[in-house]
Amino acid sequence: MMNKITGSLDEAIADIHDGAVIHVGGFGLAGSPIDLLHALADKGTRDLTIVSNNAGVGRVGIARLLYNGQVSKIVCSFPRQQNSTVIDDLHREGKIELELVPQGTLAERIRAAGAGVGGFYTPTSVGTPLAEGKEHRVIDGKEYVLELPIHADFALIKAERGDRWGNLVYHKAQRNFGPPMCMAADTTIVQVRQVVDLGELDPEAIATPSIFVDRVVEVPDPLSERVLVAEEEKQANA
Amino acid sequence: MPEPLTRNQIAWRVGRDVPDGSFVNLGIGMPELVANFLPEDREIVFQSENGILGMGPRPEPGEEDEELVNAGKKLVTLLPGGSFFHHADSFAMIRGGHIDICVLGAFQISETGDLANWTTGNDALPGVGGAMDLVAGSKRVFIMTTHNTKGGDPKIVKECTLPLTGKGCVSTVYSDIAVIDFGPDGPIVREKLDGLEFDELQERTGVPLRLANDWQPLEAPALG
Repeated sequence: MMNKITGSLDEAIADIHDGAVIHVGGFGLAGSPIDLLHALADKGTRDLTIVSNNAGVGRVGIARLLYNGQVSKIVCSFPRQQNSTVIDDLHREGKIELELVPQGTLAERIRAAGAGVGGFYTPTSVGTPLAEGKEHRVIDGKEYVLELPIHADFALIKAERGDRWGNLVYHKAQRNFGPPMCMAADTTIVQVRQVVDLGELDPEAIATPSIFVDRVVEVPDPLSERVLVAEEEKQANA
Repeated sequence: MPEPLTRNQIAWRVGRDVPDGSFVNLGIGMPELVANFLPEDREIVFQSENGILGMGPRPEPGEEDEELVNAGKKLVTLLPGGSFFHHADSFAMIRGGHIDICVLGAFQISETGDLANWTTGNDALPGVGGAMDLVAGSKRVFIMTTHNTKGGDPKIVKECTLPLTGKGCVSTVYSDIAVIDFGPDGPIVREKLDGLEFDELQERTGVPLRLANDWQPLEAPALG
């Protein structure tokens, strides 16, 4: 029998090892797998490479891993946000390696890894500092830059509902990096608000098919970045 | 010197140039204002690059959903007919030439329509987001900006000295004093403030301008 349901957050992330490359889903607060990230923070795994659109805010989610000194490299498109002080400080002090990638190139590099594509040519970033040192090619009179896939050891993703095969349905704009990242990691770990019986998910609505998912852990009442950051600010001002 | 347009008035002016039936991406910051001033008789669909078509305004109190945010991570809503999709599809829309218009801010625009708008070059922490994809793929790139920096320097310059976002990508600049088209013939002034002499506009611009034969006065209603 195929059963990818995992009993606890700690169990779901137990084999994430020092030095792992991890795709982390989410765009700002939407789709951020905070419960999985905080379990990883508690586990203390170090020397991580995090691939994610943002770098977290306050000391929540990715920012907590950064604050704990667990991350050696971050690959992202937009690390700076209101209250992203942890990455600001680490970067200024030279304590973290930052690879800045245009957002669409980031998504497509991840998708390419999942789709078995060895790279692709994109017009994005031609003529900018982010294209320096990369192979250029003119195709039908237009200039492109070669971009390579970003594969990960693990993906940490948040979805709305999942079943024991690993099929996923997302909630609204939570979907963002979920589907491409689920494809692009050796081990994909997903926190869902609700586990449902096989057959309950509408096959027409499944945005990540089971084959791309390895573990599903139910978190009925997930942590909220907005609430946690507000609490931190309240404490800081107290 | 006539009164320059306010931010809201520039947004209103941009809105006049968004045709009925357009798919539009508005950048974070000043471009977001365009949504407030569109002609009411036009149906315009907003794309948000984190995976939304048919994005609506901010939610009413009690209707907020933390999984529904825009590119600026602000809470938004979905309009009837709207849809959600993942990031790779979202940027296929953008890079693949399916977005009619994107509206962005600018630090500098060059004579040939190069754009610099993502880093001042000495940021503590740079961030690029989707700007490079948007300018590479959108059918038209509208720039909303003050004509000059706070220090009075022109934003339209011979060559951008700041790191580029894209080359030759700008279609039209909507500033607080003029509307200027960019193309193979160089910058052409389509509108300028009533009472603003061409020489004065030229003085405040870093590259030679040409005045369109059919130029119009740049006007907007009082919007604050």
